Amino acid sequence: MNRYPVWKYAIIVFALVVGVLYALPNFFGESPAVQVSAGKTAVKVDADTLTQVEAALKSAGIQADQVVLDGASIKARFNDTDTQLKAKDAIQKALVPDVSNPSYVVALNLVSRSPTWLTAMHAAPMYLGLDLRGGVHFMLQVDMQAALTKRAESLSGDVRTSLREKNIRHSGISREGQTIEVKFHDAATRAQAQAVFQDQFSDLQTVETADGAEFKLTASIKPDAARRIQEQALKQNITTLHNRINELGVAEPVIQQQGLDRIVVQLPGVQDTAKAKDILGRTATLEVRMVDESAEARSAETGAGMVPFGSERYLERSGQPVIVKKQVILTGENLTDAQPGFDGQTQEPTVNLNLDAKGTRIFRDVTRENVGKRMAILLFEKGKGEVVTAPVIRTEIGGGRVQISGRMTTVEANDTALLLRAGSLAAPMEIIEETTIGPSLGAENIAKGFHSVTWGFVTVAIFMCIYYMLFGVFSSIALAFNLLLLVAILSMLQATLTLPGMAAMALVLGMAIDSNVLINERIREELRNGASPQAAIHTGYDRAWATIFDSNITTLIAGLALLAFGSGPVRGFAVVHCLGIMTSMFSGVFFSRGVVNFWYGRKNRLKTVSIGTIWRPDSGAATKAE
Amino acid sequence: MEFFRIRRDIPFMRHALVFNVVSLITFLTAVFFLFSRGLHLSVEFTGGTLLEVTYAQPADVGLVRDTVAKLGFADVQVQNFGTARDVLIRLPVQKNVSSAQQSNQVMAALKVVDASASMRRTEFVGPQVGDELAADGLKALAFVVVGIMIYLAVRFEWKFAVAAIIANLHDVIIILGFFAFFQWEFSLPVLAAVLAVLGYSVNESVVIFDRIRENFRRYRKMTTVEIINNAITSTISRTIITHGSTQMMVLSMLLFGGATLHYFALALTIGILFGIYSSVFVAAAIAMWLGIQREDLVKGAVVKKEADPNDPNAGATV
Repeated sequence: MNRYPVWKYAIIVFALVVGVLYALPNFFGESPAVQVSAGKTAVKVDADTLTQVEAALKSAGIQADQVVLDGASIKARFNDTDTQLKAKDAIQKALVPDVSNPSYVVALNLVSRSPTWLTAMHAAPMYLGLDLRGGVHFMLQVDMQAALTKRAESLSGDVRTSLREKNIRHSGISREGQTIEVKFHDAATRAQAQAVFQDQFSDLQTVETADGAEFKLTASIKPDAARRIQEQALKQNITTLHNRINELGVAEPVIQQQGLDRIVVQLPGVQDTAKAKDILGRTATLEVRMVDESAEARSAETGAGMVPFGSERYLERSGQPVIVKKQVILTGENLTDAQPGFDGQTQEPTVNLNLDAKGTRIFRDVTRENVGKRMAILLFEKGKGEVVTAPVIRTEIGGGRVQISGRMTTVEANDTALLLRAGSLAAPMEIIEETTIGPSLGAENIAKGFHSVTWGFVTVAIFMCIYYMLFGVFSSIALAFNLLLLVAILSMLQATLTLPGMAAMALVLGMAIDSNVLINERIREELRNGASPQAAIHTGYDRAWATIFDSNITTLIAGLALLAFGSGPVRGFAVVHCLGIMTSMFSGVFFSRGVVNFWYGRKNRLKTVSIGTIWRPDSGAATKAE
Repeated sequence: MEFFRIRRDIPFMRHALVFNVVSLITFLTAVFFLFSRGLHLSVEFTGGTLLEVTYAQPADVGLVRDTVAKLGFADVQVQNFGTARDVLIRLPVQKNVSSAQQSNQVMAALKVVDASASMRRTEFVGPQVGDELAADGLKALAFVVVGIMIYLAVRFEWKFAVAAIIANLHDVIIILGFFAFFQWEFSLPVLAAVLAVLGYSVNESVVIFDRIRENFRRYRKMTTVEIINNAITSTISRTIITHGSTQMMVLSMLLFGGATLHYFALALTIGILFGIYSSVFVAAAIAMWLGIQREDLVKGAVVKKEADPNDPNAGATV
């Protein structure tokens, strides 16, 4: 009766193999490494970059342990930190010739020392949280009301322009918070304006009101449009943060949306919070200027002559110099949106810009006077400018919708649109939570968590072995298997392991032993009541199962509540807690039964089992059931 | 080895009233301290800035306090953290000063006094986050209570659900009472520990309830009180051993986990101790007062047993 069919053993062996394989990377430790990732959205890290990195290392005579392309970054592993630093310099020199304008981020990192075949299986060590590896954590709150107000402001300008174009006379447009009020002298004009609103402003909903002798039209942003605006604002802010953080040279930054209006930024290994905060809060500016096309400027462009007075020299992203006039036509404030698209006639990829009312007016005037000339769009960050694009003006552009096209791939169009949008923050942000953890503290926390788990495990295992003899050994093996599975699953999921997570690991092991205690006590009880050893094992496991299941479900409910409502350290705790409960049901019941069956199941005439002393109240004396 | 050599069922329920009065008094004391002293909430809940600074030699807490106070911050708390060389500084949210400025100013001032001061950890929490965390904590508690009650009501019967929840909420309140009385810091990990204890000690009650249900099926002639006594007696060794094992783990956390896990482990320790008490003496007694009887549990199950011989809940077939 205590035999497992082959398929059950197959499951156990499979779980064991998978568990060992995926837990394995955690035992190899970490090596110093240099990580190369893209510093700009337009730059891609691919096989070419890999050869570049390899060539750079070779020419510098540095022996890399391993150089791999891993997703969107290249990781070069070295034996010691000295080589790592040398290699970083060599790669930096080769890939980033211009330090003030880096296209790649070359950062120091730690990489698992696990062999290539493990990495190829996507087996990686557990992902350590900031409290274990040190670094900075920020939570930023995006001011969505400000984003909506900003949008309403630009819409009110657009409304003014549209009404003027249609020759609809109004007696005043004003913005009250996030609503736009337009006043009219008579109802007929208002009806005309209403038509314009419906036609051109799909984002607005209007309400007609009469105010004494005046006819009013109150427009507000539609809820779904407001939601879209907020989503875009958040996305734009995240993109902007990405671009800025790239400059910090952080190996694995985490920038994530949290909830509807929050962004979490985690920078492992960064210690200088002041600098990090400075970079996060910086504003980039976008400027539109005319290209200087005089003869002097032409020669300056090729490097032959001096840059003419009143002009400046900037580089295009391709490295091509462009001489641009100092006079600024428009700034990013007038740009409301930039999206990639396609030209209706030529099917060429384009970048479509939307300008606000003021921008539209200026743009129309400038383009009318400068048909056939080039215009440059520049992005300034940290006081350093770069020409994003410098297209030729084909016709006068009115209406505030600008299409940039020509010699662009779809990818380039996407990147340019992103750069233009990302130049500035869509809405102001405020730091509402911040944590800095020094690297020594991180290492100490790992040691503390590790010792807690190890010593707790050892004590429990020793106790079980003494108290339940061979069955205690089985229970301890099951407990070890539970720990193995938990580590393997955490590594597989790449869930963030924090110090509370390690505490949860220790706690879950303490709780997991409950299953085995229940089973062992039950078997003893069956034996005490005179059941034969095989029958006792059988009923012991069967009876205990219902109890184990019930009790684990209640614990799991608590764990899920923590997972659902917890944040930060609580979530780190809850993830491990929930996973641990599930692995404990598998290891404590299914696996331990497998071990017991393997040991005892074959013996048909089993006289005794080694489960410690069975004391019988009727005889009054303890009999050893061995 | 066998610790528990119990000849006959221990009449736990004979003293049920005494036990319930004892828990009521403990409970009320805990509530009293909770209200009179309040919880010493961590920065995560109140908002503010926290700095952990380490020195090369044992730090002079008074000097640190004076140094920080000179910067003009109000209500500064300074205390040792873990070892004598580590100092924890708490600053409430200050108007007109950003968190970065605050921590930088403090560090600069401390370095002037003692150059060996180095920053180990800073934490800043805005006031809006704190309120949310408290609200989320209460939501999580409500979720656990409702979830467990529904589960127990379906799996057992509503009387068991009510008994288990009352018994275990009383544990939670007692843990909070301890934290209020000793003014231990109540942080997010402690909250996690409290909720984990809730789930854990309910599982304790479940084991006893499970036995009660089984006994109802098995011993048709026993009275409810006898059945409860037998259920508790036959699970007591398991209860003690399991809790002992869990406590060994928690003890290891208390010893090796350092200052960060200290209060977490402490909350668990109290929770485990009172968890034993409440499930053994309180939960079953409340279920008894609520009037559980054989018919509540056995009726449906008997039919089920015949229908499905593999049902793990099926009664004994001895």
